[in-house]
Amino acid sequence: MTNSGDTAWILTSTALVLLMTLPGLALFYAGLVQAKNVLSVLMHCITIAALASVVWVICGYSLAFEAGNAVIGGLDRVLLAGLERGAAFDGTGLPESVFIMFQMTFAIITPALIVGAFVERIRFGAVMVFSVAWLLVVYVPVTHWVWGGGWLAGLGVMDYAGGIVVHVTAGVSALVIAAMLGARDGFPRSIRPPHAPWMVMVGACLLWVGWFGFNAGSALGAGGDAGMAMLVTHLSAAVGSLTWLVIERWRFGKPSVVGFVTGTIAGLATVTPASGFVGPLGGILLGLAGGIVCYLAVDLVKHRLKIDDSLDVLAVHGVGGATGTLLVAFLAFLPGGTGVNAEGGAMSQLVVQLAGVGAVTVWSALATFVIVKVIAMTIGLRVSKEQEIEGLDFTAHGETAYNP
Amino acid sequence: MKYITAIIQPHRLDKVREALGAIGVHGMTASDVYGYGRQKGHTEVYRGAEYEINYVPKVKIEIAVSDGQAEAVVEAVTEAARSGKIGDGKIFVFDLDEVRRIRTGETGDNAL
Repeated sequence: MTNSGDTAWILTSTALVLLMTLPGLALFYAGLVQAKNVLSVLMHCITIAALASVVWVICGYSLAFEAGNAVIGGLDRVLLAGLERGAAFDGTGLPESVFIMFQMTFAIITPALIVGAFVERIRFGAVMVFSVAWLLVVYVPVTHWVWGGGWLAGLGVMDYAGGIVVHVTAGVSALVIAAMLGARDGFPRSIRPPHAPWMVMVGACLLWVGWFGFNAGSALGAGGDAGMAMLVTHLSAAVGSLTWLVIERWRFGKPSVVGFVTGTIAGLATVTPASGFVGPLGGILLGLAGGIVCYLAVDLVKHRLKIDDSLDVLAVHGVGGATGTLLVAFLAFLPGGTGVNAEGGAMSQLVVQLAGVGAVTVWSALATFVIVKVIAMTIGLRVSKEQEIEGLDFTAHGETAYNP
Repeated sequence: MKYITAIIQPHRLDKVREALGAIGVHGMTASDVYGYGRQKGHTEVYRGAEYEINYVPKVKIEIAVSDGQAEAVVEAVTEAARSGKIGDGKIFVFDLDEVRRIRTGETGDNAL
């Protein structure tokens, strides 16, 4: 039986999660690049949204959520075969159409997150091919492993809204494609600063609000779990922001807008896997941990590994998601939390969480390596140096973002 | 006649205009420009990374005046644009061969 209250909230959540990509993430990323590449970044995000939607309906949903084996789902629901208008999705009060659509918005934002790794130098065709292949080879199987009854679900891994499924997959893959693509011209010495920090702030705030749909919507119903998830999500975002602000004030003397909202996203990514399992204190601690760990990770990737993961997808999303995935094993025991799945308690759960993060890291890295290699050998990955200097907006799309 | 160009701090433009008005200069052209001097720009920090800003925003003003007025204009601009900090800018003075007011065809001092 479908439930109108649950259905209403997940319809709302679905719209909120789509808002995270269109235009939240698009603006967040577009503000961080140079003025000559703004439209290309917006175009990457919006094209991925359209492509992922079609892929999801053709076979993504079936392979992720239809019963299959421990590794991949079945093909019985290809093209949404057998979808009935009124039937509830297993164990929820939601019409299956709403569940499909809600999950589709996750399949949209996850490959769009990777855009931050390859901006300002990638061929547009490579973005489209990569995103479709990546969805089918990385996102869909991992979703099945964790949420579709696959082998990680069998182990009892805890990932409420996508710390592993969304943020670890996107973050690890981002680092691999950034390393294979090579750095932007002039990296790291003479890279241009973000062309519009205000746009980064607007995008980050749309992400912040949209994340209520992402995490509280993952309750798949309108009740206490959704309410607590929204509360802890908001707390983690606030504390993550303030943490980054304090670190910057201490290290550089001035708290910056770009720094503040980077802390926001770090807090949100970190709380995501734990959002349905912790109480308010857990939310605060996750924000604090996310702010500190992601700050250190940005420094590590850009300045020590010297990999041009241009907009810090691994450091903010991947590392944040992994941090929350591991910490939930302990923080779920704080007041307001649910406890853990493992019978052996926190340490047993931590082992499961580590297995989840580790396996998904290896699979994401391997699969991304192969996909990128094939693209590089066939249609080509990177634009010419002349095109890079002139900017992708005009050379790839024939438009310019700011006209007199 | 002299043609005077000055590169100044953007926030000093209004003071310079007032000072020039007070000594009877009736026209000026101002533009937003980018440049660097001995400081070679400055650095900005985003997400812990320092970016070198090689060209900092300045305002360029251009004024055409009679020979007798030139010294007073240079004095007025110097006075109004000076904050005493690095980056206050420079004034360049050129000889001006000819001026023509397009509407009337007047030339020389009459066209200023």
